[in-house]
Parts: sequence; C-alpha cells; structure tokens
Amino acid sequence: MKKLMLGNAAFARGLYEAGVTVVSSYPGTPSTEITEFAAEYDEIYAEWAPNEKVAMEVALGASIAGSRSFCGMKHVGLNVAADPLYTASYTGVNGGMVIAVADDPGMHSSQNEQDSRHHAIASKVLMLEPSDSAECKEFTKAAFELSEKFDTPVIVRMSTRVAHSQSAVELCDRAEPAQKEYVKDPQKYVMMPAFARGRHVFVEERTKKLREYAETSPLNKVIDNGGDIGIITSGVSYQYAREAMGNNASYLKLGVVNPLPEELIKNFCAKYKKVYVIEELDDIIESHCKKLGMNVSGKELFGYIGEISQAVVAEKLLGKKNDFTTFDGNVPVRPPVMCAGCPHRGLFYCLSKNKIRVSGDIGCYTLGASAPLSAMDTTICMGASISALHGFNKARGEEAEKSTVAVIGDSTFMHSGMTGLVNIAYNATNSTVIILDNSITGMTGHQQNPTTGKNLKGDPAAAVNLEELCKAIGIKRVRVVDPYDLAGTEAAIKEELAVSEPSVIISRRPCALLKYVKHKPALKVVTDNCKGCKMCLKLGCPAISVRDGKAVIDHTQCVGCGICSEVCKFGAISE
Amino acid sequence: METRSIMIVGVGGQGSLLASRLLGNVLLAQGYDVKVSEVHGMSQRGGSVVTYVKYGDEVFSPVIEKGEADVIISFEQLEAARWLPYLKKGGKLITSTQKLDPMPVITGNAEYPENIIEKIKAAGIQVTAADALSLAEEAGNSKASNVVLMGVVAASTDFDDKLWQDAIEQCVPPKFLELNKKAFELGKKAAV
Repeated sequence: MKKLMLGNAAFARGLYEAGVTVVSSYPGTPSTEITEFAAEYDEIYAEWAPNEKVAMEVALGASIAGSRSFCGMKHVGLNVAADPLYTASYTGVNGGMVIAVADDPGMHSSQNEQDSRHHAIASKVLMLEPSDSAECKEFTKAAFELSEKFDTPVIVRMSTRVAHSQSAVELCDRAEPAQKEYVKDPQKYVMMPAFARGRHVFVEERTKKLREYAETSPLNKVIDNGGDIGIITSGVSYQYAREAMGNNASYLKLGVVNPLPEELIKNFCAKYKKVYVIEELDDIIESHCKKLGMNVSGKELFGYIGEISQAVVAEKLLGKKNDFTTFDGNVPVRPPVMCAGCPHRGLFYCLSKNKIRVSGDIGCYTLGASAPLSAMDTTICMGASISALHGFNKARGEEAEKSTVAVIGDSTFMHSGMTGLVNIAYNATNSTVIILDNSITGMTGHQQNPTTGKNLKGDPAAAVNLEELCKAIGIKRVRVVDPYDLAGTEAAIKEELAVSEPSVIISRRPCALLKYVKHKPALKVVTDNCKGCKMCLKLGCPAISVRDGKAVIDHTQCVGCGICSEVCKFGAISE
Repeated sequence: METRSIMIVGVGGQGSLLASRLLGNVLLAQGYDVKVSEVHGMSQRGGSVVTYVKYGDEVFSPVIEKGEADVIISFEQLEAARWLPYLKKGGKLITSTQKLDPMPVITGNAEYPENIIEKIKAAGIQVTAADALSLAEEAGNSKASNVVLMGVVAASTDFDDKLWQDAIEQCVPPKFLELNKKAFELGKKAAV
C-alpha cells in the first residue's frame, strides 16, 4: 500500500523496517519529526537527550552493545555531536548505527547555512543523501546494512525540502535482525593513543573500500537520455534539475555523497559535451570533479547561497523565465512573531522598556529581537547567551554587569547553558541570567525536555529542579517571576542587576500553545477610554492593532493574558 | 498528465498543514503521484507560510516557483497579494476574506493595502472569495476556517465527495470530526 509520508516520517519508517531498537536525539528543525515518528513504533525505544552529543553517545553505546541504533539532529547539532562522531569513525560499530543530519539551505529556521557534508568528509564516514520520501526509507535501510558491512557509522543527509515534503512511500514489514554478540574489544573501542593509531589505519583502508563501493553502488544512478548535456547532482537538487530539464539532459544522481566515486564520474563526464554540477550550498561534488580533471560548471551559475529550484535551473541552463502578475501596491512583510499570550512577551517588554542589553539564545524567544520589542543584542548558538554574557562582562566590567542579561529557554539551558552558568559561578562575574521556563521545547513544536517531568512518549519522568540546580552550581540568588506580572518581573530584573553577585531569574509560565494551558476569554477595548496612545502596541502582540485611532483586539487570537491591560494607563482594556 | 500545482498560503497558526494534508490525501486516492511541501519551525510563529501541493503522472520538484501555480488558496487577503506572482497566467485564486495585520502594520510602520481582492480581479485574475472565518464560527470554531476553504476548493474540483470525506476522517481527530464536516459543507455551499 502506498502512503503519503513526510520525508521525516518515511525516515522513521526506515528505522522501524530496519529493526532499530534504540533512538536518541535532540530536536532541531527540520530533523525533529524523525524521532517523534520513531517513538510511535512500540518496538523502538526512543528518547530526547539533553543535547546532540549525548544523543550520539547513547546511539554509539547501543551500537557497541550490538543493537541497531539511531540519532537525529539538525546541521548545527552535528557540530555539538562532532566530538563523538570523529572518534566513532575510528571505533566503528557493532550493531548498525545511523545518524540523520538535516541541513537547512535558505535558513528557514536556522542561524547559519552550513553544509554538513564537510563533517562526513572530515570524520571519514559514509554519507548518503535521499531526494524524496521513498528514498528516505530505502536509504535508511541501506545505511544500516552498509554500517555493519563496512564497520562505520553512516550519516544520512537530509535537507528542509526532503524532510518536510510528503510523497508516496510503499510500506514493508519490519526485519528483526538478532542483536549482535558483545565481545570486549579494547583495541576497537578504547581509543587511547596506542589503540587509536591502529584504528586510523583501519579508517584509511575503509575509505578505500567505501570509494570502491561508491563506484558501483545502486544508490548512485545514471539516467542516460543521450544528448549533449550531463548533470551531476544529489538530493533535492536532482528533483529541481529533473523538473527543469526533463529528458533534455542526462543525469548522474549521487545517493552516496561521501566518499564520491571517481571512475563513475569520469565515465559520465566523457559522454556529454557539457556537464553541470547542481548542488546546494558548498561546491563539494564540483571540486571533486575538478580535482579529477573534469571540465564541469556549477557554482559560477548557482552560487553558494540559499536554495536552488527548478526555476533557477531553467533560467541558468535554458535562459527561460516564467511570466507572472504582481500585486498593484505595497505588500508589507509578515515576519514571524511571538504568539498572542506568549509568556516571553512580558519579560522582553520589561527588558526593552529599561533598555537592557540582552545576550540571546536559540528558541522562540529569539523573536524578542524583532520590532517593536527589539530586545536582543546577540544570538550565536545553543547555550552561548550565558557564556558570552560572562565574556562581555569580563571585558567591560561593572558597567556591563549592571546593564546586561542573558536570556535562555529551559530546553536550551539543559542543552548547553548549564556549563556556562558553572563558568559564571566558578570564574565570578556578577552576571544576571534569565531562564525563560515555558515548560516545553517550543520552537521545534513542543518536545519534552529534562525539566518538564515527561519523556518523549509522554510518560512521567524525573524533572530537573532548575532552582536547586542553579543553587548547586553555586548561584546563591535564584528567584522565580511570573512574566504576566510586569511590575514584579521588572522589579526583579532591576534588583538582580544591581546586586554585586551572580544571579538567576527564572521567568516561569507554560507556553500559551500547550494544550493543558487554560485560556481566559479575549479582552475588549473600552473605546471611550482609549486615547489612541498606542502604548499597548509596544508589546508587539499580534492580537492588538489600531483602527480609526483606537486600539482593537482580535478575539480569535487573544487568550486573555492581560499584559496589555497592565501597560494601558487609561483602563481602556478590560475583560 | 502534466504536473499541476496548488499553493496554500496564509499566516502561521491558521492551519495550512491540515489543509494540505487533506488535499494531498484526496489527490493520492485519485491515483496521482503527489508531493506536498511544508515549512515547519520559525515561520509557523505568525509569519507568512506557504505549502506546495503538486500532482500528476510523476512529480519531481516539491516546490512551486513564480508563475507556476494553477491555483492559489489563501487564508488571508494580504497573503493572497504577497503570493500572487506565483500564480500561472490564467491561474485561479481562492481566498478567505479574513485580514490579519502583520507586525509592521501593528507598529505603524506600514499600511495594510486597501481593496486587495478588487485590485487582484482588476489585474484579470479569476478570484473566488469566501468569508471562511464567519463560516468556521458558524460551524463551531474559528480554527476550522482551513476546512471551510477546502470545502470551497472541493466545490470547484470534480473529485468524488467520498474522497474528501475519507480524507477528513483520516486527518482530523475524532472529537473534532463533526465540527470539521460541518465546516467543509458550509465551504462547499459558499462557493456556489
């Protein structure tokens, strides 16, 4: 039976059919749903780890124990997990181990546009790249076979358009490979210098074998339509090229993207007058071809930035452009915003009002950087808010300590914020850290984390007590505020910035989108009282706008959080 | 059959993912090769969102580019204007009459354009407009405007009604089934 499946759901189906038993991941768009769907299969143990490094180590441990295992992450997550990856390449596996890494060309939901193929090259592991949902499932199953055959972790590279597109998938039954025997083998698994030297020799031998495999792998396909034009491509770029060029070009579609074949590419190039390489982000296939002495064109046409599409291919290779109609008038942009009732809004309003510098982090609350709140100075990577605040304060001293805070979500704090807080306590800056505890991992679509008291399956789990944790780290001043209480929140921020010791403020209220959160009725504007001062607009709430000089509240969006009635000086907003 | 392209556009949180799932399931049941492409993550937070639905004998690219859409289904007027260039010459626009101010309008840095639907019609585009929000409220919940719009779409396509009903049953949790079926019927009537 054919089923319409998201690439990520098909990937999870591949895990199921391949007989995977252990899954550990950290959420990150566009990779999150692989693990969520995997958790729906009772045969698979699946968990959210606190971060990607932990997740990969869990998966490696399960593999060494003899089971097929998986961990999934977004591209920047692989940076966090790079440490175990590079050595897992040396240890190899026992049960097959597959890693999903999801790149985000076009940065739909990311802070950079890195190309994870570099990690596969540098760590010398096999990398496959599917181009639609059916391949997501098939490549995942193949990845486990190859992992066990070549004794290597295998990375399956996803991208936003493959992960988040649905296409038809044929379902198969689950294989139940027997758990492999675990035999103590320090020379393979204890990577101290004497043993690691031996394993590096193995890795180089393995790379030769993988390269031979790539020459004849069924995952690399030639579609020969004759003609003068050849296109070498992989992943979703293949779909773009195929749609734009149809049967007017021939294709070498690479499913194995590391290591790349040599003879296969040379033979393909020899057949066509003109060969193009179409790949998003970096010029990895193109450089490989050029190193082989092939005369190919790629980045001079397609560039290194953002997504390609069928229109881009048609324009660059055929000089074709579509006709279209534009709207007669200015169309204002619609950037993402914090939701109506978002607990982060009250906190950012207080920071913005007091012109406090904010060392930011990764999550829904990064939207605090947008107008009108504009309350963020930096956002770098998961956890950097706290460590960068410490550095900023060390550099600028007391003036900065009294006017700068870090903001970080509960999940991000667990991921990699804790270590920064240890550094603040240990190396002593009078830093003020605000943990925005909305009781969920918000931006990626509501995943549980170690602070929420529930696990991935929704069952009760141990919950980290943030107050006690911060105290145990050595922060004596730890207090909790409700961000819907603007006066209380503002007072707490001012007091903690003023004191001469490090402090943590926990701004605590569950995400307004959580199903168990009960909403109050929508608020109303008492039109006679409204002076049209637009004070309420400074909150940046999508439910409030102004019509004919007076504030109006959209009852379909308002959840009655009430912070607008707190900022209104004229009592014009009521229940 | 040549690949046909439908875009569903709106504001993050309006339920375009459910709408695209319904449409995708109906098309697959019709025997087409189907691709549905969504974007999750940051843009879902009240930003401009777009979902691509493509079907035919064999669909390659999951995305739709300017001048390629046969139909655009819009949940909001400003979004209809924003994505209009994606419509193919001779393509059709189905839009809700709902208006949602984007943040630059709320903060007074931009104005919400006036007479959007009239202007689009004046440009020679075939437009079907429906007050999906009021109809959804009539069905029992303002959030069902996505399914109202699918009713409007159903009225202008010749797919078997049973396929739509099956798709609704597959994609909607049982406790909201009646509400959504009512929303769908109201949408179908509104289109006539």
